[in-house]
Amino acid sequence: MTLALVLLALLPLAWVFRFAGQRLTRRPYWRDMTFAVAYGYLLVAVLLAWLAWAYLQSMSADAEVANTYFFLRVAINLFIGFAIAAILFRLLGRAVGPAWSRKAFRQMPLTAAFGMLTIIVYVVVAIFAPLIAPYGQEQIIPGVAANILPGGDPALGGNPDFPLGTDQIGRDILSRLIYGAQNTVGIAFATTCLAFVLGGTLGILAATLGGWLDNLLSRAVDVLMAIPSLIFALLLMTIASVWAPRLGIPLTVFMVFIIAVIDSTRVYRLARAVAQNIVVMDYIEAAKLRGEGLRYLVFKEILPNATAPLLAEFGLRFCFVFLTIAALSFLGVGIQPPLADWGTMVRDLASFINFAAFAPLAASAPLLAAGAIALLTVAVNFLVDWMLHRSSGLKE
Amino acid sequence: MTEPLLTIRDLHLEGRTDEEWVPIIKGVDLTLDRGEVLGLIGESGAGKSTLGLAAMGYCRDGVRVSQGQVKFDGIDLFEASAGQKRALLGKRIAYVAQSAAASFNPAHKIIDQHTEAPVRHGVMGRAESVEDGVDLYERLRLPNPEEIGFRYPHQVSGGQLQRAMTAMAMSCRPDLIIFDEPTTALDVTTQIEVLAAIRRIVKDFGTAAIYITHDLAVVAQMADRIKVLLRGEEVETNETRAMLSDPQEEYTKSLWAVRSFKRPAKPAVAEGTVPVISVRNVDASYGPVPVLHDISFDVHKGRTVAVVGESGSGKSTAARCITGLLPPTGGEILLDGEPMAADYRKRNKDTLRRVQMIYQMADTALNPRMSVGQIIARPVQFYLGLRGAAKRKRVNELMEQIELDPAEYYGRLPSELSGGQKQRIGIARALAAEPEFIICDEVTSALDQLVAEGILKLLARLQDELQLSYMFITHDLATVRAISDEVVVMKDGRVLDQGPKSEMFRPPHHPYTDLLLSSVPEMDPDWLTHLLETRGVDNIGDAATDKM
Repeated sequence: MTLALVLLALLPLAWVFRFAGQRLTRRPYWRDMTFAVAYGYLLVAVLLAWLAWAYLQSMSADAEVANTYFFLRVAINLFIGFAIAAILFRLLGRAVGPAWSRKAFRQMPLTAAFGMLTIIVYVVVAIFAPLIAPYGQEQIIPGVAANILPGGDPALGGNPDFPLGTDQIGRDILSRLIYGAQNTVGIAFATTCLAFVLGGTLGILAATLGGWLDNLLSRAVDVLMAIPSLIFALLLMTIASVWAPRLGIPLTVFMVFIIAVIDSTRVYRLARAVAQNIVVMDYIEAAKLRGEGLRYLVFKEILPNATAPLLAEFGLRFCFVFLTIAALSFLGVGIQPPLADWGTMVRDLASFINFAAFAPLAASAPLLAAGAIALLTVAVNFLVDWMLHRSSGLKE
Repeated sequence: MTEPLLTIRDLHLEGRTDEEWVPIIKGVDLTLDRGEVLGLIGESGAGKSTLGLAAMGYCRDGVRVSQGQVKFDGIDLFEASAGQKRALLGKRIAYVAQSAAASFNPAHKIIDQHTEAPVRHGVMGRAESVEDGVDLYERLRLPNPEEIGFRYPHQVSGGQLQRAMTAMAMSCRPDLIIFDEPTTALDVTTQIEVLAAIRRIVKDFGTAAIYITHDLAVVAQMADRIKVLLRGEEVETNETRAMLSDPQEEYTKSLWAVRSFKRPAKPAVAEGTVPVISVRNVDASYGPVPVLHDISFDVHKGRTVAVVGESGSGKSTAARCITGLLPPTGGEILLDGEPMAADYRKRNKDTLRRVQMIYQMADTALNPRMSVGQIIARPVQFYLGLRGAAKRKRVNELMEQIELDPAEYYGRLPSELSGGQKQRIGIARALAAEPEFIICDEVTSALDQLVAEGILKLLARLQDELQLSYMFITHDLATVRAISDEVVVMKDGRVLDQGPKSEMFRPPHHPYTDLLLSSVPEMDPDWLTHLLETRGVDNIGDAATDKM
């Protein structure tokens, strides 16, 4: 109700705003401004004002008021923090390094810098997890209470030794997050690579050779794509969980293959579509008439021209694979405990979310792992967007 | 008239590349009186289209005005408000784009797109506008004017669509129309119809027009005055007749001289010589649709056979049969007297080497991810087995043969080359195989006239040096005249007429050859008028109907 009133009140204000602009300057920008644009400006201004007000509210002494705006404050703090980190990172990139990378950094938007920085941090953390993590991933630290709140402030139920707190059985959440990066990201990366090798090869082959091979593969892929992917994965994982102990192969290997096959169908579709646009080019015809073999055609003529879209798809596909793994783990059939995994961590701590209204710190425990997932997904998307933009710009 | 309709004063436009603004138009002045037609000519990249759009007060994305003024009937178009411009564009200023097929919205009927502007601008009601549209179609000699508007754009031919677009531009009876290369994408015989239609309607309504083209002969028919542009600057302006008979500047003279390139005639081929390529009674079809019927012609060593015809006549299909991409359904093709396998996959490496091809669109014929050096080196390595320094040496030789400096161009990507340079790389790639026979598929049609002439001279020189044989596919008779020794005229998948060039260009002709020959625009400004008189004006509309 209040919202509707505010929106209505903005209508005449927007008109006044534009009129004032037209009066004060004679710039064509004001003269040709449509009413909707003026309204949009005001709306953004009001939103920003509300955010500032809410931010101040979150620092109020009254605990109840402060709790209401707690997550907003964290979000704003993080946003500003990330933005500053990204700016610094970009400045660094512009100042250091060979000429080509400095040029790339100069043209890079902030979002891409943020994405790149985040991914670098994740990779470093994943590789050096055993060195960085203060405790082991499955180590139940003796003599420490379970469910220590994140934040490390003893007054609020934290413990400075465990900055992100402990879980229900007294394991350090920070350590588990760090190891989770290794497990979840590592497995997701391997799966995506496998999906690309499989889907990419078959897709390009289908486009190049055509005929019955193309038909056979495409129909097979259609069948796989017709089944909802998560349910299909769940089904196969359930079957695999019976087989795995019998064959003595870890369930994780099955998971990697199952997700890779399911995701390779999407890669196949893209690779085939991209390659089909390339194989009709005259330079492919010229190469064929020269008598070139299939290997040369695929690796020298087609693949280099398909790299940009495939690379972009790799980023997006990585996100989806990553989310699928997290989802499977959340449902209990993915990465098995005691291995730390973000999806499992969200599931284990999920019930704490009920405390959000009166004890926001307690509720943030499951959000830490969820945030780690979200952050990586967003970062990869930012980077991929930028790469897509660059590759499409190069074509002109 | 006292005041000119359109005045452009000292116009400077800038375009954005990577990080900086570079000038595109560098101080052009232009005045246009009511009812006057101004021809704007220049090479691609001269800024013709940008200037044409600027005359409407419009800049493409990434283009900005840095200086100057465009005044239409007293209104400054760059200062005018969005509302003012909206009232002008479409109603008093209209635009006809190069490709009508790409400019019509394929989801709506032609007449619905036609009536949009008059109804929006309140010039007339819908019913009235439909009636007027039919009237315009009739004036433009479109077949079935009553009914053609109710088709979708893909249901009419390119030439008809171009005329429908002209009708659309006329719908509000504008004071000024900008024609941006309206006939470039059309065949010669279709081009005549469109030119005649445009000229008639512009005259009927006393509309002023700016006619943008790179074809001098076309502009000579259309314009009262001609302005020549070069790299964003005006070279000269003059009345059409004065301009044609007495160009002042060197650049203009060179443009005028392009068509004078001719090769000396070669002595007749001795009886009994084995032709390099002999096409004998070839039939071919795409699936169940037959496209070639009983094609036969010979290409002798060191000779050029030009294959001429409109689009869809089967010229390129004949080339595909020779290369083996489309195995013929009947007849045979001999290379030096030996029959070749029909399918290229069944030919051996040496046969493949001896027949090479140069493509029309150098953009799609070169792999954009390979450097010039890699592109030329591949056939050298593949066919001749050269490696390392020997390969590099051979590539350098080839690059010198096509007049590109190896030191500068070896490492460049195709995107860093001009159109003419790309085409030269295509030639070098074909030469690298040391072939006997090269198929040139419309190799000059995508290039500016000066550049095209350079390519033709290069091909001629290479032929003399290396005794190459060419099959030269083209629809441009000026090119045929310049380079060929023998001519094959094709239509609807059949060879209509063939013989040595000297005979083909001398009457009596086959009637179709005659139609083709007479349709090539000449530099004489009265040419179109005479032609229409001799053919009888009304035949022109009917010719279009026959073709449908």
